[in-house]
Amino acid sequence: MLYTLLCYNKEDVVWSWTKEEDAAVMGRLSVVHEKLVRDGKLGPSLRLLPTTAATTLRGGDLVIDGPFAETKEQLLGFYVIDVENLEAALDVAKQLSAANPTSVYEIRPIALYVPESRPNAPKEMVKAY
Amino acid sequence: MTDLTWIHGALTAARPQAVGALLRYFRDMDRAEEAFQDACLRALKSWPDKGPPRDPTAWLILVGRNAALDGVRKQSRTTELPPDDQISDLGDAESELAERLDGSHYRDDVLRLLFICCHPELPPTQQIPLALRIVSGLTVPQIARAFLVSEAAMEQRITRAKARIAKADVPFEAPGPAERAERLAAVAAMIYLLFNEGYSAGNDPERAPLCDEAIRLARLLLRLFQTEPEIMALTALMLLQQSRLRARFDDQGEVILLDDQDRSHWDAKLIGEGLALVDKALRHNRPGPYQVQAAIAATHSRAATAAETDWTNIDHLYRALEQMQPSPVVTLNRAVAVSKLEGPAAALALIEPLEKPLSGYFHFFGARGLFLLQLGRNQEARTAFDRAISLANTAAEAAHIRRHLDRLMLEAKEKAKEKI
Repeated sequence: MLYTLLCYNKEDVVWSWTKEEDAAVMGRLSVVHEKLVRDGKLGPSLRLLPTTAATTLRGGDLVIDGPFAETKEQLLGFYVIDVENLEAALDVAKQLSAANPTSVYEIRPIALYVPESRPNAPKEMVKAY
Repeated sequence: MTDLTWIHGALTAARPQAVGALLRYFRDMDRAEEAFQDACLRALKSWPDKGPPRDPTAWLILVGRNAALDGVRKQSRTTELPPDDQISDLGDAESELAERLDGSHYRDDVLRLLFICCHPELPPTQQIPLALRIVSGLTVPQIARAFLVSEAAMEQRITRAKARIAKADVPFEAPGPAERAERLAAVAAMIYLLFNEGYSAGNDPERAPLCDEAIRLARLLLRLFQTEPEIMALTALMLLQQSRLRARFDDQGEVILLDDQDRSHWDAKLIGEGLALVDKALRHNRPGPYQVQAAIAATHSRAATAAETDWTNIDHLYRALEQMQPSPVVTLNRAVAVSKLEGPAAALALIEPLEKPLSGYFHFFGARGLFLLQLGRNQEARTAFDRAISLANTAAEAAHIRRHLDRLMLEAKEKAKEKI
């Protein structure tokens, strides 16, 4: 079964950590990551940049500065895309939105991306279970 | 059990909002600060066991306000303070306050607090220490070390600044849109000044953290004013400059110029955030000086090697900046782009008229020396470098120029030998 684990915290607190405090947390996490890699259980993982760097696309053409801030909708899925800049990312989001008009897309740059580590990870679409 | 790192971060993060709100209640900076300190002490007692409240900032404001009011009552009636566990167990009161303190309240509170610190009646030498003390919560000894003055002198400077503020006209009503924009511009300038305090100090461990603090305040401001392209750009500008921190100095602490920096030492995370913010800002089509400067920094960041730098774009951007904010320093910076595009002679011609306004500016003589050196006018280059050294702000700057001089001396000696 494939799971995604979504990490939540108070952003202003986390981005107020000193470099040493941040490194200490990342160090503790990397111990867990390494074990998961050894056990062949870790797919791609990533750390996002703060929400101040985010842009949100609503209704296919309304571009809003900042993150998705409503609580009425739930997170249903996400994409990782590799594009030149925000314009190009917005262009992709607009295509998705055209195909799925009621969804809102938050475009958030990634701070750190660790690719798939499983040696025998399938290269094609797989069932999650 | 709550992690102490998290609590420390939460108190630091909550400080601007909480002190800003307490200042609105008490209209007295010392009292607001004391109330916040009090609340922090209570948080350190209560949070590790009970876990943090849902909204730490609202908790700190409410507890700080109650503690201060109790203090006043205690003074007047000498009644006992209520027991700690009663104050810490806020439950419904906290969530109610959290709802009343909506985003716009916080926004104006933080802006007011920052704006007071850069009040026009305060000289810049007092503005930044005051902001570091009040908004960032740095201790007086920390600030004193960052500004290379004694603790007593810094204490006095901050006390004077507070006294001036107490006498000055500080607006407590919610600002109108024009006023808000004015305050925002003043606060942005103060944050950039703070950044430059740290940046110009180079790799001094006491002062370099000022850059991180400036970036933290800018991110805070950006969270409150999410649609302001100039605030996006200011944040981006500082992130992109800070991304080069590890590459700016060699092991001996000497300056490494942009062209010679090892770009693999640039911080990719900071660059990513900076470029994302530049992209966001430019979409607004409302150009401003921070956007132009951030775009210049982004042009450097996007070049994989120094040789791939898009100097034509940088020249254009500096021309735009000259129009927005005419200044000899901007023209001096453009001269570097001109030297790459048209050669050192054109660059030298461009900066010649700047000698008078920049007669006390280290970078003017450093740049002039370099252009002369490139033209083979070594004797004149030496004169310029000598002037630069006498104007250097840091040991690292002086050492950098000294290297040019040493090389010139060596060349002169070798030429002399050849003649023999």
